[in-house]
Formats: sequence, C-alpha cells, structure tokens
Amino acid sequence: MDSLLALMPEFWKAAGETLYIVGFTLFFGGLGGLLVGLGLYLSRAGSILANRPVFLVLNLFVNIVRPIPFIIFLAAAQPLARMVVGTGIGNNAIIFTISLAASFAMGRIVEQNLLTVTPGVIEAARSVGAGPLRIIFTVLLPEALGPLILGYTFIFVALVDMSAVAGYVGGGGLGNFALQYGYRQFNPVVTWAAVLLIIVLVQLVQFLGNWLARKAFRR
Amino acid sequence: MPAPSPVVELRDVSKVYQPTTRGGAEVVAIDGVSLTVDAGDVYGIIGYSGAGKSTLVRLINALERSTSGEILVNGQDIARLPERELRPVRLGIGMIFQQFNLLGSRTVAANVGYPLEVARLPRDRRQARVAEMLDFVGLSDKARAYPDQLSGGQKQRVGIARALATQPGILLADEATSALDPETTHEVLDLLGRVNKEFGVTIIVITHEMDVIQTLATKVAVMDQGRVIERGDVFDVFSNPQQPASARFVSTVVKGLPSAGELAVLRDRHPGRIVTLAFRDSSVDQARVFGEFAAAGITFEVVYGGINEIQGRSFGHLTLALTPGPNVGSAGEADAVVDAALDRVRTLTTVTEVR
Repeated sequence: MDSLLALMPEFWKAAGETLYIVGFTLFFGGLGGLLVGLGLYLSRAGSILANRPVFLVLNLFVNIVRPIPFIIFLAAAQPLARMVVGTGIGNNAIIFTISLAASFAMGRIVEQNLLTVTPGVIEAARSVGAGPLRIIFTVLLPEALGPLILGYTFIFVALVDMSAVAGYVGGGGLGNFALQYGYRQFNPVVTWAAVLLIIVLVQLVQFLGNWLARKAFRR
Repeated sequence: MPAPSPVVELRDVSKVYQPTTRGGAEVVAIDGVSLTVDAGDVYGIIGYSGAGKSTLVRLINALERSTSGEILVNGQDIARLPERELRPVRLGIGMIFQQFNLLGSRTVAANVGYPLEVARLPRDRRQARVAEMLDFVGLSDKARAYPDQLSGGQKQRVGIARALATQPGILLADEATSALDPETTHEVLDLLGRVNKEFGVTIIVITHEMDVIQTLATKVAVMDQGRVIERGDVFDVFSNPQQPASARFVSTVVKGLPSAGELAVLRDRHPGRIVTLAFRDSSVDQARVFGEFAAAGITFEVVYGGINEIQGRSFGHLTLALTPGPNVGSAGEADAVVDAALDRVRTLTTVTEVR
C-alpha cells in the first residue's frame, strides 16, 4: 500500500497517458472506421454506390487485419509507423498503430450498424431526388446514430485494451504502469489499482454511451 | 373536352436482372410492357405478388433502371438519363410506400420538408409549404412529433404530405394502404381522392385490395409474369375480364365468385349441374334469364352470389344449382334439356359452367 502511495505521481501520469492514447485513437480510428464502414456499406451489392471490386478489396483488408492479435500487429506494423509518424516507438507510434487496427475493427461495426437502416427509407430519399452524399449525411448516419453510438462505446473498451500493450514499444499508460510497477515488482496492490481505475473509466464511458444512444433512439 | 395528354408513357419496356450466380438464369421482371397514363387518371396496377408491379412503378421514377424501351414522363424519355440528371424528374414525381418509409430521426415537419431541402428551397418558403401540407393532411398538431409516436394512418398521411411537398404532377403509390386496417384505409383513400381532384395529381397505384380499385381507380392494368395482360376501364376489366389470368385474379377480390374451396363444398352438396351467371349494370334482364329456366322446366337454387359496385355502376355474379324437372327421363335427356336452356341464356348474359 505504501509503495502505491509512493507511486501516485506515476499512477496519475499513466492514467493521463491512457486518456491521451485512447482519446486520439478514438478520433483517428473512429474516423477511419467510419470511412471503412461507409465504404463497405455503400459498395456492397444493391447499395447506392454498389461497386464489386471496391467491396471485395475492402472486405479482404478487413478480414486480413482483424484476426491478427494486436501485439503481433504492433510489431508487424512498426515499419509503417516509422514511415508515417517518423518513429516506431513511444505514444505517438502506438496511437498510429492502434488507430489503424481500430479502423478495420470499427469499420465492420459501422457497416453492421448502417445495415440496420431500412432500405425503404433510403429508397424514399432517392425518390425525392436526393444524391448519394446527401443520403449519407441526412439519412444513413442520422438514422443509424443510436447503434453507431453504442458501436463507438464498444470500440472504446477495445482501445483501452489495445493501449495496455503500449509499453512494448516504449509507450506509457495504465497497462504499462501495472506491468512495470506491479507485475514485475511483485506488487499486486499496484496492479489492482490500475485495474480498478480502468474499470471505473470503462463504466463511465459505457454509461455515457448508453445515455447518448438512448437520446438518439428517442424512446 | 380536349384530348387527354399522356403524362407517363411506357413503350415496350423491359427489365432483366442479370443472374446473381455464374451460369444462373437471368430474371425477366418486366417483359415488353407498353402503358399510357393520361393526366388526371388514377391508374390501378393489379396482380399477384411477384407479377412485377413494384418494379414497373419504380421504372417511372427511375429507382429501377430499365433494360430496354422508352419511358416518357411528361414527354421526356428518362430511360437512359444519367443518375445526376434524374433529380428534377424525381422532384416532379411523388411516391408513397407500404411501410411509409419516414425518417425516424426527423420530426414530422422535417420529414415533410425533406424533399424541399433537396429542391434547395429557402428556409422560410420551406416552412410555409410544410405548414400548408400538414394542414392539408390534417396533422398540423403533430408537426413536432416523431414518426414513432404516430399511428399507421397518421404515418401514411405524413408520407402523402412529404410526397406532395414539391407539388409533383404524378404520385406513385406502392401498396400504400396494405399495412393499414380497413377504417384507416378508407381515410387514406379519401385523402388520395382529394389529391387527385383538388390538385389534379395523376396517381398510379399498385394494389391487391379491391377497396382501393373500387373507390379510387378509374383505369386498371392487370399484370402477370412481368407483362400487362389486360387493361382498360375498371368496370370493364372487373365485370368482364378477358384473360384467364386476370379472371383468376379478379375472382379472388370480387365479391360473389366462389373460391376453389367453396366450389368443392358446393359440388358436394349439389350433385346436379352448377353454373355462374354474370350480370352487368341493368343490361341483363334477370327476369328473362330466370324465365328461360322456368320455361324449360328446370328448377334452380341460388347457391352463391354477390353484387359489386365500381364508380356507381354495379355488377354481380349468381351461382345456380340446376335440377331438371321430374318429367325428364334419362340422364342424357336431362343434360340435353339443360344445355338447350343454357344456350338460350347465353344470348342474354355470360354463363360459366362450373365443373
């Protein structure tokens, strides 16, 4: 317990780093996921921009990236991170890699959420002369907003999960804190403290997500 | 009266779906259909599910693209028009749906205003038009409600308000009342009747419900396997269908014709010969028909029947079980007596022998 008190500055710094990593990956990964998901949805057969080659390529990419265990993906994608971010280690490198992995995971969730929109509603929009871009922004996304919010809440938890291995490439965060100060120094209290904070964080976000989704559903 | 001008004209239009699997057969959804809808018509399209009705109306606003043929809307061939140039065409054609297809994320007012946004109408004129349309369908007090808070009939009225917001000259109704109960159906049909009369909107209505045809349509086309097999004045098609397939469909919605199951029961109960007589308007003198049977010594019993009214004109069917008189000898002789009587009745009305 005493050692935990002594580690408090590191603890809060790690918590801040987790929020930093998760915040940016939620933004970039969320945006990437929205694009991948829209791409999958719009290009599938029978959709408003149906395009078989685009769908097949996107689908293949998602299916290749998603099953790779993240810690392996992290190592495999390091050269790419070096090219894009300029470094293969540290928080910014891991933000890039998580965002990339999350884009594909979230893309599948976005696609599934968009598929819940009744095709008839899109047909009604087409019947009054609405074009694809207008349909995306005034029909597709607003109609799927409730499920999309729940999807993003779901991916938030996955991002916290992925950020835990940031320590392997020189990043920080609560996962790194728990491993470095708790597990490796045989101090379970420190590990549990990190776990507890992660639980509280996830509960808060889940609560917020449910509340927002309920408002979007208007029920 | 000036000659009516066609607002929609289909010339030898076909729609073929390519096979979904390699080596599969292609599906001909619409097979060489030609159809002319004049201004002010309420044109009913009827037929069994899968006959191609929905596809046919979707060709008119190009939600489905034709494979061949010409589709003239107000004189303009839209069949080969690229998607981008279809917007003005679609603004001139309203559409309502069986499942209403309202935007659940928008209020009633915002749903009605949606086509006006697409038409880029300024906000103030949009609001004025929305208020006008909601007043027309009697839902001014629901402007701020969400579709989920409305009943089916109210939803369809919002659908109608939305479809007519841009003042289109044509309204396509795809089974618009099929999801509604009978009373609500009548409310919506009355409203559509007003749309036709007050705004002069030409309505093309897909349906399998007799009510819709009876109270609304002026002309009707019967579809079967992607083809229009019969068309014309509603009264003529329903009272005297020319094609076997349309007769079969008509018999399922018209009152007074026994179904196959009911016929089996009648057959069981009446061992003699059974005939169905059609009566149209007052053109057939019923007394003379019955007189012919009486004169031949044939007794008859009415075993099934009904009268329908379409646009103020009535037609009906009576199914009779015939029994030759007691003074007739052999069975062959009895048949001959009945045949002779039926031949005379045939000069007066349409007779169908039920076997």
